[in-house]
Amino acid sequence: MTDKNQDIDQETGVETTGHDWDGIKELNNPLPRWWLWCFYLTIVWGIGYVIAYPAWPLVNGATAGLLGYSTRAEVATEIARFDDLNADLRTALAAADMTTLGEDQDLQRFAVAGGAAVFRANCSQCHGSGANGAKGYPNLLDDDWLWGGDIETIVYSIRHGIRNELDDDAHYSQMPAFGEILETEEISALVQHVRSLSGAEYDAGLAATGADLFLENCSDCHGETGLGDREQGAPNLADAIWLYGGDPATLEQTITYSRFGVMPPWGTRQVNAVAAYVHQLGGGE
Amino acid sequence: MNTPDTPPLFAAQEPIFPRRVTGAFRRFKWWIMAVTLGIYYLTPWIRWDRGPSLPDQAVLVDMANRRFYFFWIEIWPHEFYFVAGLLIMAGLGLFLFTSALGRVWCGYACPQTVWTDLFILVERWIEGDRNARVRLWKTKWDFRKWRLRLTKWLVWLLIAVSTGGAWVFYFTDAPRLAVELVTFTAHPVAYSTIAILTATTFLFGGFMREQVCIYMCPWPRIQGAMMDDDTLTVAYRDWRGEPRAKKRVEDTGDCIDCMACVNVCPMGIDIRDGQQMECITCALCIDACDDVMDKIGKPRGLIDYLALADEPAERAGDPPRPIWKHALRPRTVLYTALWSMIGFGLVFALFIRADIDLTVEPVRNPQFITMSDGSVRNTYNIRLRNKHGEARDFRISLTSESILRIRQEGSASNILTVPPDSTTQHRVYVIARPQDEAAHTERTGLRFWIEDTKNGERAHRDSLFNGKAN
Ligand code: SF4
Ligand code: SF4
Repeated sequence: MTDKNQDIDQETGVETTGHDWDGIKELNNPLPRWWLWCFYLTIVWGIGYVIAYPAWPLVNGATAGLLGYSTRAEVATEIARFDDLNADLRTALAAADMTTLGEDQDLQRFAVAGGAAVFRANCSQCHGSGANGAKGYPNLLDDDWLWGGDIETIVYSIRHGIRNELDDDAHYSQMPAFGEILETEEISALVQHVRSLSGAEYDAGLAATGADLFLENCSDCHGETGLGDREQGAPNLADAIWLYGGDPATLEQTITYSRFGVMPPWGTRQVNAVAAYVHQLGGGE
Repeated sequence: MNTPDTPPLFAAQEPIFPRRVTGAFRRFKWWIMAVTLGIYYLTPWIRWDRGPSLPDQAVLVDMANRRFYFFWIEIWPHEFYFVAGLLIMAGLGLFLFTSALGRVWCGYACPQTVWTDLFILVERWIEGDRNARVRLWKTKWDFRKWRLRLTKWLVWLLIAVSTGGAWVFYFTDAPRLAVELVTFTAHPVAYSTIAILTATTFLFGGFMREQVCIYMCPWPRIQGAMMDDDTLTVAYRDWRGEPRAKKRVEDTGDCIDCMACVNVCPMGIDIRDGQQMECITCALCIDACDDVMDKIGKPRGLIDYLALADEPAERAGDPPRPIWKHALRPRTVLYTALWSMIGFGLVFALFIRADIDLTVEPVRNPQFITMSDGSVRNTYNIRLRNKHGEARDFRISLTSESILRIRQEGSASNILTVPPDSTTQHRVYVIARPQDEAAHTERTGLRFWIEDTKNGERAHRDSLFNGKAN
């Protein structure tokens, strides 16, 4: 290429490349020799790199490289490393006395952070990502608990679940479907009485009838004043919180057909962590 | 491949043997070298007390804990804009100096120039001045040459090691690291950093020198865009010096062609060929030439700081315009204005930085919940930052037009404790009883107050309370 071009720049006496941009020409000065050596070095380096590391794309994946390096393996080692770092905490948590967990700040933090993740993966489908529940699925943020809100009961409830067939130790209770026992009018009267318990608007005449029916049929589990019984998972009817709804229609439905909320048993793995998380959501006792 | 009249594609580096020179600019450059190197080597050793749990190193870039300490200033990652601002100021400062004085940065302050200067100084001490060095370069590799070369390389290496060594002290407690380094217990990263910086210092200061400036550094390419006809650069008054002649006859110019300016040039160029790419405006040729002019009884300034704009006037015999007229022009005024604007902005931002850093994040999943007694509860995540060296207790309270109560998760008190040098998150609940208005109002404004229990400093944040809107 160079020998065809004999354009010499007047000022410097150096040959130009012959390229001309609006009258500006490029001098063809020689490059420094060390630059050339660096260039060769990068080629050698490149060849070495291709041999040592994954490089050429193949149909499935790429050439592995002599060093056997893989980003996936690196991530796996990193995860394993952190698991190892947390091993002590995990063992400590599994064996921890949950009632005094708060005394060990590190353990508590580890439990709550881990529990939050486990909760989002396993519990949020029913209880909601904010743990505020949904119709039929208890809100875990408030101070109303069906089976108890102290840490040990929470652990128990999660471990064995509620009204399931899988775990013989699951919390169990069943409210009769009063549609088969009481007349429709009687149920309407009961509804009015139940509403009166929690301070909602009610029909005084019907409620008076309902009060007697309540004592006869309901007070065994829900208590004479409707405060409920955690031993049996019988809800408190005198508070402002309703699992299925406190309006007359829903109440009628509940009494007529009963309710049967089920939670599966979650075994033992990470239960302490989830319990610690749930317990510190604002309602723990 | 090369025919006789085509230049080679690649050329070997031309050896350069800068001669010793004395004069005002050289003295000035020695001072700059002493001050910059002094700052570089000594800064990590300055101590600054910040309380028990913070480091006492005045300037420290603490990567692991993500803190930057500069005397009384402490910068957290979320304040990185200070660093960005400083970098922008550095950039604009370079623009300003380049447009006014050409490549002053290159000539006086660039580490490449300063360290090369230092390396040349060592070279001169060991191998002698220019002529001795040229002779040594030409002789065969006998015992004396080996001895001189090895001594020189050894001293260079020592400088290079201490250069790399000083760098790592900026990133961790210097005295402790120094002990670790000599007992071989320091982190491998410290050693590899020192090794890399040693290698680059040794290579760039000892061997690459002008090659770095000509071929590797991007800055000269950018500088070209900042210079104009009024920029002062080192130049040769050829109308005064030409025709040059070794022998003084009538009609000859002031240049006696003694090559002093060429011999002192660290870039190995002849400034009499005009302003050129290689020149870093180190001004050593000015010193060299002034010396010669003094000797032959001619006025100084045959080589001088000149602006291109003055050339026609000077050729016509008029004096050059005063320096301030060149320095003061829209471009430099603009750079100065921008530079100081950012500077003032940063200082201002530094002074209005709140000592208490408080953020309130209302939890909106769910917006509110009903408690068994019918009261309505909202949840807020409060984030508090404590930059002090000791733990701080903050009392939290709230003000609102409606009646609201506040409670902290996991504690009966309203004191939030933040350990030293850390950020903590606290969950607080705000509760409206059923009979309170806020319980039934869709939104109620409220203001959280945080007060340091010790010194009474306060901060507040506004937020909203969600009630049950019927
Ligand atoms: S050209 Fe680059 S390396 Fe050389 S002195 Fe200027 S800024 Fe420094
Ligand atoms: S020509 Fe003069 S100012 Fe430019 S690099 Fe050489 S000695 Fe320095």
